[in-house]
Amino acid sequence: MEVIKVSNLTKKFGNFTAVDHISFDVRRGEIFGFLGANGAGKTTAMQMLCGISKPTSGKGTVAGYDILRENEKIKRNIGYMSQKFSLYEDLKVWENIRLFGGIYGMTDHEINEKTDELLYRLKFEKERNTMVKSLPLGWKQKLAFSVAIFHTPQIVFLDEPTGGVDPAMRRQFWEMIYEASDQGITVFVTTHYMDEAEYCNRVSIMVDGRIDALDTPQNLKEIYQAQNMDEVFRKLARKATRIEN
Amino acid sequence: MSQLKYLVEKEFKQISRNAIIPKMIVLYPVLVLLIFPWAINFEVKNIKIHVVDNAKSAYSQRLINKIDASAYFILTDISSGYNAAIGDIERDKSDIILEIPVSFDTDMVKERHANVMISANAVNSTQGLLGNNYLTQIINDFSQELRTELFPAATLSNAPHIDVVTDFRYNKRLDYKSFMLPAFIVLMITLICGILPSLNIVIEKETGTIQQINATPVSKFNFILAKLIPYWIIGLIILTLSFFLTWIIYGLLPSGSFVTLYISAVIFLLGITGLGIIISNYSETLQQSMFLVMFFILIIILLSGMFTPISAMPGWAQVIAHANPLTYFIEIMRLVYLKGSSLSDLLRPLMWLAGFSVLFNTWAVLSYKKRG
Repeated sequence: MEVIKVSNLTKKFGNFTAVDHISFDVRRGEIFGFLGANGAGKTTAMQMLCGISKPTSGKGTVAGYDILRENEKIKRNIGYMSQKFSLYEDLKVWENIRLFGGIYGMTDHEINEKTDELLYRLKFEKERNTMVKSLPLGWKQKLAFSVAIFHTPQIVFLDEPTGGVDPAMRRQFWEMIYEASDQGITVFVTTHYMDEAEYCNRVSIMVDGRIDALDTPQNLKEIYQAQNMDEVFRKLARKATRIEN
Repeated sequence: MSQLKYLVEKEFKQISRNAIIPKMIVLYPVLVLLIFPWAINFEVKNIKIHVVDNAKSAYSQRLINKIDASAYFILTDISSGYNAAIGDIERDKSDIILEIPVSFDTDMVKERHANVMISANAVNSTQGLLGNNYLTQIINDFSQELRTELFPAATLSNAPHIDVVTDFRYNKRLDYKSFMLPAFIVLMITLICGILPSLNIVIEKETGTIQQINATPVSKFNFILAKLIPYWIIGLIILTLSFFLTWIIYGLLPSGSFVTLYISAVIFLLGITGLGIIISNYSETLQQSMFLVMFFILIIILLSGMFTPISAMPGWAQVIAHANPLTYFIEIMRLVYLKGSSLSDLLRPLMWLAGFSVLFNTWAVLSYKKRG
């Protein structure tokens, strides 16, 4: 069953076509990798799915709701972790969790209970009262991800969640993604790290605003006769004509 | 609605952790109310006067003494030639010249009538005009004095004689401070509650947290309301503190009721904070919003009747002044403070304020875009 269905989704900024007629489906419960070079249009595409950027043309549904008309309903059913660090730096760890829990309509009681459980699971209990700005980057990202799925959404959108994070922390982060996936949350993730692409159930590769390939990592490696995803990516990205920014 | 609770809570935490804002709330009214009323004063004092005394008589000496004794004038020189006097004005040593004719005494006694000439430097037109008025008053006083001395009988049998007695209602001593203090309170609330919410939203745009919020089901209305509520409360705290300070420092209490003042203030606050939000919706960076806010704040302050009467403005400026919420709130504050007007007297300006509040806030919610 498809939880995201998109056809010919396009976004133009003036004369520039950031996303050029992309069509794809994402199945419920899968980890869907959304790859592409810088400036390929990944973030813009993701923002259209999350209802914070209006498509120029095309159509689709996310969590069963229409992208064009029901964007506010979509927001109830998704979690989003933006590329820029998305938590409030001048709020404490528990205050950030409480804010986003409250925004999604959870009660004080639910929030308190789940906060204790979450901090225990993350081994964050000591940091409960720490200002988010004084956490190390890797910890911030783990917290941001936990906050994005705190209200158990159907889908979580992660925009380069592991950018700038050290390898050990990236590994832990991906363990968290697997846990979320096990709970039935569909994960839609963009990344630059090709080793991470191997962890996905299926990946799509964007080049110059178009989706040039979409399959399981295994199949892609066979089609492009490559040793690993890195090689697949290089073969595809070589065709890019668009200059970054 | 429960969303709102969490959002307001967040705003208060952030404001209370801000290094400057909580201190500003207390320091700002204290500084403004201590300094402004003394510095911004339109009374004209210490006008330098040069007297050309051609008469050199007993009466002319008495007139000169009378002028010298007045607080408004400083006698710079007494000479016997107009040329010397005009030279003084050119060298900026004097502002005004009084020329007394040779025949001053004899004219007074024989003709019962004497002429003097006043020449004022009107480069600073207010000073020139007021100096002229003050001097005329002193001379009239003097002539009245002489008349009673010289012709005690005549004063009684004088042909119809009109004395103009001016009674300045509601501000008896034409005290500039009691006129300006209510306006300064409005000025402070406008600056703090017009600027801060707008900067607050643009800061969220710059740090990127607003994108996170936009991807959640937060309603536009709740988001904006949560931004405004803390500033309404801050506005009312500043208002209360200012009422207290104007009483403690200047002994000025409103002749009307505090209830009237607070009700008007709440209606005004709704509007001015809404204006801040509109500006933030159209700016992407702090720099842009700062510039826009300063631009609008300057216009609404200068064209509000705070410093200069609206009736003296050219027609187009009067139109702007009437489309300015500040105009109505200053009017209300002054009327309640000095005249003791009640809510029913203030219906017209209150309706205007309410209209602005509805307009600005509707515009603010409509122009806030969760989807770019």
